[in-house]
Amino acid sequence: MAVTDQWLRHTLAHCLMTGLLIALTTMLPGTGRAATLPVDAVDAFYHRYEGGGMTIDGPAILVRKSAGNQASFSGQYYVDSVSAASVDVLATASPYTEERTEYTVGLDYLQGSALLTLNYTNSSENDYEANTLYFGVSQEFFGNMTTLTLGYARGWDTVGEVGNSDFSAEADRQNYQFGISQVLTPNTIAGLDLEVVTDEGFLQNPYRQNRFIDPNDPTSFRYQAERYPETRTSFAAGIRARAFLPWRASVGANYRYFTDTWGINAHTVQLNYVHNLSPRLTVEGGIRYYSQGQTDFYSDLYDFQNSQTHLARDKEMSSFTGTTLSAGIQYQWLQGVMPGVDRIQIGLLVDYMDFRYDNFRDVTASGDFLPGQEPLYSFDAVVTRASLLFEY
Amino acid sequence: MPQKREQDGIYQTPQHRHRLMLITPLLVMLMVSGCSSLEPWVMPYERANLADPVMLENRHGSAGAYINHVHDARESARGAVGSAGGGCGCN
Repeated sequence: MAVTDQWLRHTLAHCLMTGLLIALTTMLPGTGRAATLPVDAVDAFYHRYEGGGMTIDGPAILVRKSAGNQASFSGQYYVDSVSAASVDVLATASPYTEERTEYTVGLDYLQGSALLTLNYTNSSENDYEANTLYFGVSQEFFGNMTTLTLGYARGWDTVGEVGNSDFSAEADRQNYQFGISQVLTPNTIAGLDLEVVTDEGFLQNPYRQNRFIDPNDPTSFRYQAERYPETRTSFAAGIRARAFLPWRASVGANYRYFTDTWGINAHTVQLNYVHNLSPRLTVEGGIRYYSQGQTDFYSDLYDFQNSQTHLARDKEMSSFTGTTLSAGIQYQWLQGVMPGVDRIQIGLLVDYMDFRYDNFRDVTASGDFLPGQEPLYSFDAVVTRASLLFEY
Repeated sequence: MPQKREQDGIYQTPQHRHRLMLITPLLVMLMVSGCSSLEPWVMPYERANLADPVMLENRHGSAGAYINHVHDARESARGAVGSAGGGCGCN
């Protein structure tokens, strides 16, 4: 697998660099259109996730300001305040609280008719440090009917463990993105996105454990540490389309296929409807269905200790389905509402999520169950986002 | 005589890998340059509906992209969630 991964990375890197070269050389004056910088804005929102024993909330604010006609700088501050008492935590540990803080600085730069984007993100919490550098290039072609985007990101993480100061591990990540968006008719637009992600290093959660039947007492079980492979490569392909409806509304549909070298296959289907009620007021609603198969080495209950090379009982590695129902409302004020401000927008989005697991059992369920006879786990959650946007 | 290894019906020799590395970007170039032999069939003045804000995939700024982070944390699938721009040529 390592040889295949290495070859795949080499091939991807070569193709990406050549693709970037082709994109840049075709971005000569006359072949494309003049791209535009993002609008200067202050973009803030509050987010809250509540469900499955977890509460995660916090603020986020992004400020964007252009410098001349060619460059636009941005900075974002984001916080996750976590209060955790999920089934994974309750099974083997005690509830805890923690905070994750994320900073992003970015530059968008117009070079000829191409828009180049460079971002750096640092995410920090008491037991995990993540850094990501992203470079992307975007260009419109073919009478501005086609937009091509190429992106590359490199991440390097340091994994720690609370209560074990001797433990420190590394995880590296690379993303290769290709996106194309195409105008089909005066009322329809469609797109294709491809993304390959490669990971290398310590890819498991140091706190998560898996269980096996107690050799001394088959009516009970014991825990052992997770053991994941040290490499992973995934491929995702998504298609999307959106159509304008005559009563000033739109309907959109997305499908994504996902597969990886750990044996997981997943499908995501999404439908969304947006309706403009007045020049200021817009409402929207949607449904998303997600389905995945389990990884090759997953088991809810192993027969005995160290029964295979790789061991996982993370519910995210198991077979499950998730359904999300979404609703949103958006209200805007245009020019004149405040000196120096072009537009103000407020928004509220609420998502209801329901996850049902096919082979992950709830060991915290009340009652007397033999190992492997516990009820299957399921949970629901509500995600709320309240946003405020100033464009100036 | 170079050793050959057959995998899924494809010979994975260095020569074939090199050829694949050359062919892939050429295909991309053909896809891109192929557009120039066709005429755009939706004129800029026909794109008023495409430029309407109801056609945007994300109308909520950074709050809109946040939901991808929520899904990524709870699902194994990742990526390909729409990196390309709107592409309507409306700016």
